[in-house]
Amino acid sequence: MKTFGGPVLFLDRSDINTDEIIPAKYLTEVKKEALKPYLLEDLKMDGFNPAGSWRSSSRVVVTRSNFGCGSSREHAPWALEVNDITCVIAVSYARIFRQNMFNGGMLAIELPESTVNEIFELGKNGALGCAVEVDKSKLIFSWNGGSKEFDFSISDFDRALVKAGGWVEFADARY
Amino acid sequence: MGKTITEKIFEAHLKDEPFSGTQVISLDVVMCHEITTPIAIADLEWRGKDRVFDPSKIKAVIDHVTPAKDSKSAMQGKIMREWAKRNGIKDFFDVGKNGVCHALFPEKGFIRPGYTVIMGDSHTCTHGAFGAFAAGVGTTDLEVGILKGVCAFRRPDSIKINLTGKLQFGVFAKDVILEVIRVLTVNGATDKVVEFRGPVVDAMTMEERMTLCNMAIEAGGTSGVCLPDAQTVEYLWPFIQNDYAGKDAAVADFKKWHSDSDATYVATYGIDVSKLEPATTVGYKPDQVKKLSEVGDVVINQVYIGSCTNGRLSDLEIAASVIKGTKLADNVRGVVSPATPAIFSQAMEMGLLRIFMDAGYCVVNPTCGACLGMSTGVLAEGEVCASTTNRNFNGRMGKGGMVHLMSPASAAASGITGKLTDPRKFMIKKGE
Ligand code: SF4
Repeated sequence: MKTFGGPVLFLDRSDINTDEIIPAKYLTEVKKEALKPYLLEDLKMDGFNPAGSWRSSSRVVVTRSNFGCGSSREHAPWALEVNDITCVIAVSYARIFRQNMFNGGMLAIELPESTVNEIFELGKNGALGCAVEVDKSKLIFSWNGGSKEFDFSISDFDRALVKAGGWVEFADARY
Repeated sequence: MGKTITEKIFEAHLKDEPFSGTQVISLDVVMCHEITTPIAIADLEWRGKDRVFDPSKIKAVIDHVTPAKDSKSAMQGKIMREWAKRNGIKDFFDVGKNGVCHALFPEKGFIRPGYTVIMGDSHTCTHGAFGAFAAGVGTTDLEVGILKGVCAFRRPDSIKINLTGKLQFGVFAKDVILEVIRVLTVNGATDKVVEFRGPVVDAMTMEERMTLCNMAIEAGGTSGVCLPDAQTVEYLWPFIQNDYAGKDAAVADFKKWHSDSDATYVATYGIDVSKLEPATTVGYKPDQVKKLSEVGDVVINQVYIGSCTNGRLSDLEIAASVIKGTKLADNVRGVVSPATPAIFSQAMEMGLLRIFMDAGYCVVNPTCGACLGMSTGVLAEGEVCASTTNRNFNGRMGKGGMVHLMSPASAAASGITGKLTDPRKFMIKKGE
């Protein structure tokens, strides 16, 4: 199983598409590592700097709804993965992106809109960390001076993929 | 209780239900292109599993950047070529025989009603036009599809779009699907199949149905689907004539894939297409749709006619009928890419390419190219394109560019005036 959790990167916008996560011009790369410098390069969002210090520190993304819409490119989750971001928390996802995350043994957690709003509010206390307890289905957000827990749920299948390390491993053992 | 076409297809292909709500289905066709497949191939090699589950069910093409534009895209083509050869994949379409996957594979007769199809490409939903379940997937799903011939999905719910009324002059399948996306919004169909029904769909050609299904993903849909009928049989006849005594027998057989009248839908939308006008998108999301008559003066730099949405013969015919005898406006470049070699050669024989060239268009080879901002017509920062493609995301056709999605007639008319333009004044009504 992969490791999850760490400092949070907030992406305060809905409908962030896979072209914004990794532009098409980098799709000629045939090695995942090569995508590393280009993550979120084309994301236009107030206050967001694609070259900011989040690049080296962030391990978890918190965002709004319909994250990862558009192209099927698995380069999007890979671009996150090679930057050590293995967990995304959002109100909702595009189907293919969500499946790609779990297929690679990563977490795409869905939480109700009100909960996501609350997490964005917590982020206003300053830098936020997020610990992920997969077995207990718990997220623990902490900041300088406090912490707060949330439960999450993922489907049994998605959990099995995370445990197996991905869909290739799961399918290979079973079919 | 009745079933939808998609439920029937899933039932017929169900291989495993590892957990409640997750269905693993067997695949009839696994389609591959050079952008998303090479990493799957590399991973299979790394795992010591460089095999395919059934070479006859794998269809592969180099289409996104072709002929190669640089060393990296050349390497992607090389990986595909060598992989197809060593795995005995006969249906591999290399430079000279290649075209845009979702136009080429239907044309080859690879898709049949009731089939299950995946590809590492979000617009795989196009093939639902044949009454198939066709879904875009990522590289890992593709890899397992190649190796095992299976794919996992959540149990698929369907949304029914009932299209009634009569399409007005100058209004096309593209305008209809833009309206559907406006109504559904960009994630209104997430995890659902969009089933296109009603007299408007019944009257549509297969090319028009492909345009509809092509953009189901822009509303988040897992796939789009139309019920197979006499049109479907007519299109597929060269490939199925030995399987049936006659066309009627094929039509009757395909009825087994029709949704039952008491099937359950999570939502049903009725759209009267009589009220539609030629439309375009006006932002970075495909649900930001406006009537062309209401967009005001929007100056463009490029017209692009092509892609898996609208690069088929009927699209070129319509665009050419608008363009004939005109010239591109001074401020505009025109690029047209017939979606497959067969379309290219038919367009040549019919004199369509001559019409485009006389108007000042650059005719390029069949390729995705500019549609995803890779080659043959990439926009510069700040430039605007009237395009027959399906995606208007920020940067899609080039960093800093703006894409307006519309029908081939509207794109052609916009090229003449140099601004986004309602095509009706450039079209001649039949019989006049
Ligand atoms: S034409 Fe455009 S949308 Fe269609 S498959 Fe090619 S890149 Fe994708």
